[in-house]
Amino acid sequence: MLDLARFQSDGEATCFHGRHVGAQIYAGLDGANWRLADYRKRGGYEALRKVLQGMTPEQVIAEVKLSALRGRGGAGFPTGLKWSFMPRTPGQKYLVCNSDEGEPGTCKDRDILMFNPHIVIEGMAIAAYAMGISVGYNYIHGEIFEVYQRFEEALDEARAAGFLGARLLGSGFDFELHAVHGFGAYICGEETALLESLEGKKGQPRFKPPFPASYGLYGRPTTINNTETFAAVPWIITNGGEKYLAIGKPNNGGTKIFSVVGDVERPGNYEVPLGLPFAQLLELAGGVRGASKLKAVIPGGSSAPVLPAAVMMDTTMDYDAIAKAGSMLGSGAVIVMDETRCMVSSLLRLSYFYMHESCGQCTPCREGTGWLWRMVDRIEHGTGRFEDIELLNSVSDHIQGHTICALGDAAAMPVRAMIKHFRDEFVHHIEHKACLVGARA
Amino acid sequence: MITDAMRERFAREVAKYPADQRQSAVIACLAIVQQQDGHVGADSERAVAEYLGMPPIAVHEVTTFYNMYNQQPVGRFKLNVCTNLPCRLRDGQLALDYLCRKLRVEEGGTTGDRLFTVQKAECLGACADAPVLLVNDLQMCSFMSRERLDALVEALRKQPK
Repeated sequence: MLDLARFQSDGEATCFHGRHVGAQIYAGLDGANWRLADYRKRGGYEALRKVLQGMTPEQVIAEVKLSALRGRGGAGFPTGLKWSFMPRTPGQKYLVCNSDEGEPGTCKDRDILMFNPHIVIEGMAIAAYAMGISVGYNYIHGEIFEVYQRFEEALDEARAAGFLGARLLGSGFDFELHAVHGFGAYICGEETALLESLEGKKGQPRFKPPFPASYGLYGRPTTINNTETFAAVPWIITNGGEKYLAIGKPNNGGTKIFSVVGDVERPGNYEVPLGLPFAQLLELAGGVRGASKLKAVIPGGSSAPVLPAAVMMDTTMDYDAIAKAGSMLGSGAVIVMDETRCMVSSLLRLSYFYMHESCGQCTPCREGTGWLWRMVDRIEHGTGRFEDIELLNSVSDHIQGHTICALGDAAAMPVRAMIKHFRDEFVHHIEHKACLVGARA
Repeated sequence: MITDAMRERFAREVAKYPADQRQSAVIACLAIVQQQDGHVGADSERAVAEYLGMPPIAVHEVTTFYNMYNQQPVGRFKLNVCTNLPCRLRDGQLALDYLCRKLRVEEGGTTGDRLFTVQKAECLGACADAPVLLVNDLQMCSFMSRERLDALVEALRKQPK
């Protein structure tokens, strides 16, 4: 490795800024205290001990159901319910952690894995016990190779201390966990594409059903959860599901880490209780950069529909409120855009991304994402036609809901939302062959 | 050429999977090849295919599907600058443009001395650190203002051969 330390992030700006609210996953971290001994000083692996020594798998799942923990990767599916779908019968089953964090705007799992890796290992071991699983994989985004190496080191520590391997902590339960890395494919964040990738193939999503709980890795029952979801589990076991639920809002238990990025004074990860008003989250991130005015926010990663400032300032940050406002909480990446931003140009960059990352399997997505990009490109560059606006909506309609996986929807939704909320900018580009806001990006 | 050291690393990857699922290690094995050779050529694909007991075309499918594999030789330092929207809002595109101008290469190109390849990248997963770039697929550099880009290029030029 080259000595590039002075160019690398030390986590001060994104994680150790002391502006979390009621942190559980990021609590007490400083960048140096990621090792097993440090984690145990923070009470680490006590939840695993509690589970192995005094809880049945059914009790663990019931506790997670009670907590209203929902998937932190994007879909927001109730975690306890997902775990209960796994067959009770013996036989090889797999547990997979989705750390393929590539949803534009999101970098929360990176900081968890880098600065608190053992919380993920402990969460996975508890989940494995609850579902009777003996082997797990943590699939880590290929671009964060140093995080992958860090996680491998943490796995070695956990194995040596008996928190992984045969007969965990002297119980009758075995669990082995491995780290795996991708190599640059956004689509592998989709759970069935990730499974294909784990099998050593192109990451092309599988048709569902069958769902992974019945036909997953190597055709065996498999549960896949996001990194942050697993990281939430030890706290729930230690403190109880009811207490976790009380921290958030009904149906939206616990804390959530938001990656607040773009036009804010202090971009970074902020762990806060679900249901925090957006205005407060924005304030934690130092407000809009340069005292500029807020124009729009993409509240859940680039695949989530954009919302205008006024709508955002009225909403709270939880799954149900964001859905009611017309978007989705997604991965928790909050992309903030100030009044100088051109929405046509922004959409152009997103449309290029989805075209580039479409796996090519389904015609509506493979062809449609190219259509979207080319049309937005000509509008941006002054050769658009008025009918292009309706054509964009029409192409989006033909993609959305007509593909095997959600990448098609993710490509279509931003287009429809941008046109819905900022139509005048598209019209201006077409009519005047120039930008309405005279944008700098 | 697959060296003994590489075989040892391959074996560690293969050991993570069930005995009849050696193919699962293909992404990692190809990454190891690239760390060693700078790119993944057809010979290496065949060698990996043989090692894992899979058809060479199935290995080639992986090399061509995943963005980070270099299918052609690149410069000694490959710099991937993220220009996706969240990074772009914090001058990711300007960082890429600046680097290209400074090193006198087109995006995707390699300098005449074969020292640098500059490419744009999709989301690297470090959006709060923007502008960000990845060096040789391994090391993430954060908050890359012009001054820091200048210093990075300087530091890389000084790396011993």
